[in-house]
Amino acid sequence: MSTIVLLLITGLGLGALYFLVASGLSLIYGLMGVLNFAHGSFLTLGAFAGWEVARRLGADSWGIFGLALVVGAAVGAAFAALTELLLVRRLYERHIEQVLVTVGLALATVALFEGTWGSDPEFIEGPAWLRSTTDVAGAPIPNDRFLAIGAAVLVLVGIVLFLRYTRFGLIIRAGVENRAMVTALGIDVRKAFTLVFAVGGAAAGLGGVLASQYFGYVSPHLGAHLLIFAFIVTVIGGLGSLTGAAVAAVLVAVLQQFANYYWGVGDLVVVLLLALVLLVRPSGLLGRSA
Amino acid sequence: MTEPILRVRNLRATVAGQQVVEDVTFDVPATGVTAVLGRNGVGKTSTLKALLGLYDRTGEVTLAGERIDRLSTDRIVRRGVGYVPEDREVFAGLTVAENLRLAERDASPRRELVADLFPDLVKRSAQRAGTLSGGQQQMVSLARALLNDNRLLLVDEPTKGLAPKIVTEVATALAEAAASAPVLLVEQNLEVISRLATTVVVIDAGRVVHTGDAAELLDDPDRIQRLLGVHTSENAA
Repeated sequence: MSTIVLLLITGLGLGALYFLVASGLSLIYGLMGVLNFAHGSFLTLGAFAGWEVARRLGADSWGIFGLALVVGAAVGAAFAALTELLLVRRLYERHIEQVLVTVGLALATVALFEGTWGSDPEFIEGPAWLRSTTDVAGAPIPNDRFLAIGAAVLVLVGIVLFLRYTRFGLIIRAGVENRAMVTALGIDVRKAFTLVFAVGGAAAGLGGVLASQYFGYVSPHLGAHLLIFAFIVTVIGGLGSLTGAAVAAVLVAVLQQFANYYWGVGDLVVVLLLALVLLVRPSGLLGRSA
Repeated sequence: MTEPILRVRNLRATVAGQQVVEDVTFDVPATGVTAVLGRNGVGKTSTLKALLGLYDRTGEVTLAGERIDRLSTDRIVRRGVGYVPEDREVFAGLTVAENLRLAERDASPRRELVADLFPDLVKRSAQRAGTLSGGQQQMVSLARALLNDNRLLLVDEPTKGLAPKIVTEVATALAEAAASAPVLLVEQNLEVISRLATTVVVIDAGRVVHTGDAAELLDDPDRIQRLLGVHTSENAA
């Protein structure tokens, strides 16, 4: 029983990280039709920014850790907004070029991160509570899992409230349905594009700081590793569906944890799940049908 | 004679490399309803979309003396051009109230006018637009345009696929709208044209083949048949 609880909560923690990356991917694709292969770089830069804050100001304090989260999110948001403004904005409706540019940016930034921080993982410290465990039904759960789950729930609630109750949220929801008609109402949808990139980048940057606690290190390849599963989550959940991304993130991560523990084939099971969803329901669990 | 609100000169438009508007030149008077007529697929809707910048276009388009042919769609609309698209294009996942709120450009949107014209929408404000009937969706689409104080309204086949009773309601709303702003109306229903239009522009194969007084054209069944391929009751008899 305790093993099941451990796998379940650890899976939820991993799912939280997947969701923090996939939420931005899904929003960006939903509104702009852009498959952003550079999204992992937002996460990696956010993780390094948080690590730098902890390294320079001290890793033990909750205050500094909170600051690291804020800095990671802000750096992710700024990097994402600049990516949209300087690179992606010129390439809307040009999907091949978008893929080339964002893949190129992802490769270039990994090289840049390696040049700046080295290619080896940098092990990370944090408040003592995060390094200890809490007993749940006999299972010792690492506390950083609870933090990741809590942060993902807050991000999900925050984005849902933003989409539901703000004018920008209204523009984004309408833009996901019919971007041309939004512009035909006199709305400059490009501002919404930049904002969505920034929101997605902030979630990824936050996810970067939390992922470095979850895995215990930060490395130039952290984002690329999580991005693969985030893309799978986005497709399974339904491109453009935030709720779908949340459901799929939990499903993929929990399944992956159980399959890894019992049979050592977590990644294979995730790929099989992706294939099954694409065959049975190509638009994803909560995506719109073509 | 007053200056036209819209001057269109040598408008050409392409979609995915395909020429959909060949060479269109016409004026829209500063008052009344100008109807764009033509057989199916001749480029009427494409002309409206090109005017609004939704399609790649060349040529010269002037709104109240200002060139707008190089402006993006949102900027053209913010200069006072309302748009009611073919097939309504309401945001199905948003409520009626959200559809209308999204369309509000002016500091003082004309909510009372919209509520008077479409009381049904007030009752259904919390309902998702995707669950409305075709006629109700058309009311949302018209209401979005009428909320703002426009200098010109572009309206594309507003009665298409609607029941006769709803067609009458839509025509009444358009007549109300035309009292405050000129309307460029793409329409197939000659009864609606006869009720609303003062001027007509007939398009064939992406080019203007006739412009003139609406009543004159409607009184000439042979010309209607030649230009539009439509048998009216007069020429059928």
